[in-house]
Amino acid sequence: MRYIFKRLGFYVLAAWVALTLNFFLPRLMPGDPATALFARFKGRLAPESLEALRAAFGLTDAPLIMQYFTYLGHVLRGDFGMSVAYFPAPVSEVIGTGLVWTLFLAGSALLISFTIGTLLGIAAAWWRFGKIDNLAPSIGAFLGAFPYFWLAMVALYIFGFKLAWFPLGHAYSDTMTPSFSLAFIVDVARHAVLPVGTVVLATIGGWLLTMRNTMVSVLGRDYVNLARAKGLSPRRVALRYAARNALLPSVTGFGMALGFVLGGSLLTEIVFSYPGQGYLLVQAVRNQDYALMQGIFLVITLAVLGANFIVDLVALRLDPRIRDSVS
Amino acid sequence: MSKPKHAKKSVAGEWWMAIRRDRKATAGSIILAVFVLMGIFGPMLAGNPHDLVGIPLQPPSTEHWLGTTGQGQDVFAQLLAGTRISLMIGFGVGLTVVLVGALVGVTAGYFGGRVDAILSMFFNVFLVIPGLPLAIVIAAYLPSGSFTLAFVLVVTGWAWNARVLRSQTLAQSKRDYVAAARVAGETKFRIISREILPTMTSLLVSQVIGSTVYAIGAQVGLEFLGLGDVAAITWGTILYWAQNDSALLTGAWWTFAPTGLAVALVGFGLTMLNSGFDEITNPRLRLERAWRVHLFGLGMAPGRSTPVVMDNE
Repeated sequence: MRYIFKRLGFYVLAAWVALTLNFFLPRLMPGDPATALFARFKGRLAPESLEALRAAFGLTDAPLIMQYFTYLGHVLRGDFGMSVAYFPAPVSEVIGTGLVWTLFLAGSALLISFTIGTLLGIAAAWWRFGKIDNLAPSIGAFLGAFPYFWLAMVALYIFGFKLAWFPLGHAYSDTMTPSFSLAFIVDVARHAVLPVGTVVLATIGGWLLTMRNTMVSVLGRDYVNLARAKGLSPRRVALRYAARNALLPSVTGFGMALGFVLGGSLLTEIVFSYPGQGYLLVQAVRNQDYALMQGIFLVITLAVLGANFIVDLVALRLDPRIRDSVS
Repeated sequence: MSKPKHAKKSVAGEWWMAIRRDRKATAGSIILAVFVLMGIFGPMLAGNPHDLVGIPLQPPSTEHWLGTTGQGQDVFAQLLAGTRISLMIGFGVGLTVVLVGALVGVTAGYFGGRVDAILSMFFNVFLVIPGLPLAIVIAAYLPSGSFTLAFVLVVTGWAWNARVLRSQTLAQSKRDYVAAARVAGETKFRIISREILPTMTSLLVSQVIGSTVYAIGAQVGLEFLGLGDVAAITWGTILYWAQNDSALLTGAWWTFAPTGLAVALVGFGLTMLNSGFDEITNPRLRLERAWRVHLFGLGMAPGRSTPVVMDNE
């Protein structure tokens, strides 16, 4: 229990750092979002409304420390302010639509990559110096050298443009309306193949190597030798004895990978014009839509922190050593 | 005074010999050397990369080796100009990231206690906050340019090195030779810089190489998103303009393919150099490899069991 609280405290601290960065960064630079919005309307707004906008964005003449607490209060209530580009939609509403697509994209890519990569890692360690063990790491290193989004561009060029097997972008066809019909699900899946596939391709090598390396060292342990000596079937030794214990570093890596994939998915979303968080974030930067930008950054950060906490709990459940060291 | 200088020289010579002995390291350093030379001399030989030299989106020809961009600039000249800036930022950031990481990590590891607790918390927080979104948010607020980009990359990249170096320092500072140095009355600064840091040379070198790979990749990524100075010509902005001019939808592969290959080759070269270094400085890997080569020479495959090798000579 103490361990859980300690981890929770750490994540709360990290969230607070992110919140504070979010508050001070915009105030370090010249100009403010209200003026930017005012400029966007090119004089069609009355000067009085500038003051109203500034108040809406929390940019009052109050001392900085008071502004800070007002800001914290707003965030705790889930109020991220107004979006400039999608004015007058509140930021939380704009984020909500993007979050679903990003979670779908990043989540499925991560699950597929983790499962296949880990299984391949088990195979590579079990048949050491075999085909998988010799080929997979070099292929992984080769693919890993390319910038991820460049691989995505090449995939889009070959499979989307040249061969026209898959659509060139967006999450679903313009002619479709979102519903739970089979046609719509098939359409979404077709649009997801390239984005998800390229993320899997770029991340699978990491899972493979982590699993392979731990598995190799676990296979040298006495209890694995004992299991073999007892005459257990190779399958049982490999999966129930070795792989199960070798899985721990991969599980702890899962939290970090989630942050990486959630953050990195914005490159995917740009290449494939996928309407997720990342696409919104880059659009927000280009539109100087600071409130939306901050909101998205916070949501991504909180999602990553939450996922890390869950992974901590899972690791605690899987690894008796953590439990013992705490109590 | 002349003695340490001599010793230093022979260390560098030793590394050089080791690189040449290792096939991977040799290949990696050759690839790198080619790109460094391209970066230094390329822009002098090719024309001004900003010049509009022909019809936009022409495929490669003898006149324009890599075709023209969506605005009618020469892709090859842009690639060469981009090599210079991208490599400079890459190596600069790679080095700075490790310096900052070393400063924080070694301090935390050596002094321990409250210093360690605070510094560790600090880099752990930076590790858990997703890097790319943070980089984007910071870059969005600062005036765009190469310096901003480098700054952002250092802010989001130093924490990992700090963590690794902290645990290394912690392990080293418990060793007997450090205790001996302390008893001998050496200053803390001297113990850290002369006793502990030299034991981590290979780790530091590999971290610089790894951080350079990170810096080049992240820099290209951020610029691709339009967060650098889009008027400057770097590998990232070439890709940014390729995407913005819809190179993909018009089939103009030559505007994005060569740049990606260049990034990949540099990354590949650095990684090869790194794994080569690994084998050079890690005696265990070297032994394992020698053993494998020996076994293959006898027509046997290494397996989980230890084969009995008879030495006839």
